[in-house]
Amino acid sequence: MAGHASKEIDSSALWGGKISPFSTSYGKMMMWFFLVSDALTFSGLLVAYGFTRHACLDAWPIGEETFNSMPFLGHGYPLLYVALMTFILIVSSVTMVLAVEAGHRMDRKGVTKWLIATIIGGFFFVGSQAWEWSHFIHGSEFGKVELTDGSQAIVKGHFGEIENFKVLEAGKHHKKGDVITEDLLHEFHHAVVAGNVENGIITLHDGSKAKVNKKADHGMTLVVKKDGGTHKVGDVIPESKACDMYYEAINSGTPNRVVYGADLQQNEYGPQQYGQFFFFITGFHGFHVFSGVIINIIILMGVISGTYHKRGHYEMIEKTGLYWHFVDLVWVFVFTFFYLV
Amino acid sequence: MERDDIIEYSLDIHHSEEHGKAIRTKIWKVTALLTAITALEVVLGSQIKQSSDYWQAIKWFFIGLTLIKAAYIVLIFMHLGDEKKSLKYMILVPYFIFILYLIYILIVEALAVNSAWTLNVV
Repeated sequence: MAGHASKEIDSSALWGGKISPFSTSYGKMMMWFFLVSDALTFSGLLVAYGFTRHACLDAWPIGEETFNSMPFLGHGYPLLYVALMTFILIVSSVTMVLAVEAGHRMDRKGVTKWLIATIIGGFFFVGSQAWEWSHFIHGSEFGKVELTDGSQAIVKGHFGEIENFKVLEAGKHHKKGDVITEDLLHEFHHAVVAGNVENGIITLHDGSKAKVNKKADHGMTLVVKKDGGTHKVGDVIPESKACDMYYEAINSGTPNRVVYGADLQQNEYGPQQYGQFFFFITGFHGFHVFSGVIINIIILMGVISGTYHKRGHYEMIEKTGLYWHFVDLVWVFVFTFFYLV
Repeated sequence: MERDDIIEYSLDIHHSEEHGKAIRTKIWKVTALLTAITALEVVLGSQIKQSSDYWQAIKWFFIGLTLIKAAYIVLIFMHLGDEKKSLKYMILVPYFIFILYLIYILIVEALAVNSAWTLNVV
């Protein structure tokens, strides 16, 4: 900030040795060099993401459709959650720059206050990302379905709640006539993937067979994301046919016709690489945020114990601040290219 | 031991209370701007679908907004705008040379791969 860098120095003196031609300290310059290399790493990742996305084109998931949930509120809030995360990170960037400004006035109390605020913001962001990951891994109620012609489609619409399983045939734990009301969706998803649902009859993990009582779904449409014999990528199958085609897969008794959520092998949102890029890019960024929080905590201890005050300047806050703003900067790009466009 | 070959640039960066006030005002203005841009992006992103005719325009608008946000973060929050020109360019120029090249390669190659896949020649 201002300071030495704003001084007019004759270029022969500037480049003549003994002083930094950039009028900046060694530590700050090296932090910038590190940030350039880290920026190239992130750009490399985003470019790889862009490459895969352009190679897949229509099969690629759409951000506003994939990320449309809010904690406690459910679905139907496109992009709101990531916008909130973006806002949290911007605010923590602001508190950081305020800490730097307080440092320039040698205001130790101010630095402490704003640095604590920054750390809290950082923890909030990391926590939000944990929720986001959990949501991404668990997936939607419908999942992605493989149709009879071999094409794969994602499902849109409102999932009718599963009311209960009524046991028809006893197994190890359940007796005939039992009505199971707990952990239904999880059990149902598990059975569908394993091919243990046939004509509305679910075979539970203890070997008992039960009838699935489920409310009707509303407004279901299928959007094809992988070519098959008849359906091509981008086809939208209307409500009139979608339900039959979806439940044909659910009730087929064949394993792996439906994919729920995401892991490193497959995901319900789109091509395999989509999930891998999601985990790698947001994970790598989240790791940066986490290490930033740790660095901020270490620096905060230095501020509280007066290390920098004795030194006569708070440049250390500036250097960690650079790193922290960089993390915010990366998120701005991740937000745009992963979620927005 | 006092070393006369090191200039403590860091001691030069102090500013007064009044100057600090001006800087803080600027910081809050930039905050408001960044928040407004993010809000605008979310509203447009949730209202205009990718199948819409306007999508191409919106997409480039988003990318433009992102670059504006990035510029404010780098120049104001990271104070690169206040650094010496030589430092500024040493950071920005190599970065942009690499990235523009990479983006060019990404688009050309990805579309070639896509057309190969869709024509089923591989």
